[in-house]
Amino acid sequence: MADATLDAKGLNCPLPILKARKALKDVADGGTLEILATDPGAVADFEAFCRQTGNELLEHSEDGGTYRFLIKKVA
Amino acid sequence: MSAEEKSMSIIVTKGSLDWAYPPFILATTAAAMGLPVTLFFTFYGLPLLLKDLKLQVTAAGNPAMKMPMGGMHMGLPNIVTAIPGVDAACSVMMKNLIKKKGVASIEELREMAVEAEVRMIACQMTMDLFEYDKEDMIDGIDIGGAATYIECATQADINLFI
Repeated sequence: MADATLDAKGLNCPLPILKARKALKDVADGGTLEILATDPGAVADFEAFCRQTGNELLEHSEDGGTYRFLIKKVA
Repeated sequence: MSAEEKSMSIIVTKGSLDWAYPPFILATTAAAMGLPVTLFFTFYGLPLLLKDLKLQVTAAGNPAMKMPMGGMHMGLPNIVTAIPGVDAACSVMMKNLIKKKGVASIEELREMAVEAEVRMIACQMTMDLFEYDKEDMIDGIDIGGAATYIECATQADINLFI
């Protein structure tokens, strides 16, 4: 279970990233944020976001057009 | 700003609804990724700082602007774009499409840019030229000229002109 969940379904670039950044602020260091999105561009974007910010992308999966990302807050 | 921290600046020169997107998308995303960002609004980009945004698109002189319609893509000949009301209708269509596809509005992105402490500089010369007052602009902006921008650009890793 993630510490927090962000529903970014139906939102287009760059909103999933911007909302994830905001949601991460409320997650404690070492905590996790789960993000649900339908934007196929979010896959490459969350990988890039995590590489740049130093947060860890623990998992990502896709189920029926919904992408799920699990990010561990490091920075 | 730490020595290893990357930063970005963008010169914003265009103020139509479609052209307003790239600078605000890149600024908010870069800020979300931890980059300090500066936007310098000059010429037709300056009205993007007005409190009251009345953004429009025009298909005039833009053969690439084709709206999805019934499975096809529709463009407008230049002569049609000159008919009064056509730009307004195109703008309404574009805004509906933006909403339908879950794309943020410019107002929303600009608010997020302010929240993310993106530095926004209004070009003093453009304000004089087109007779804009600081009171017409959103709060929290700086006013400066070319030297202000150049100083910022010498320190930035990414400098874009849009």
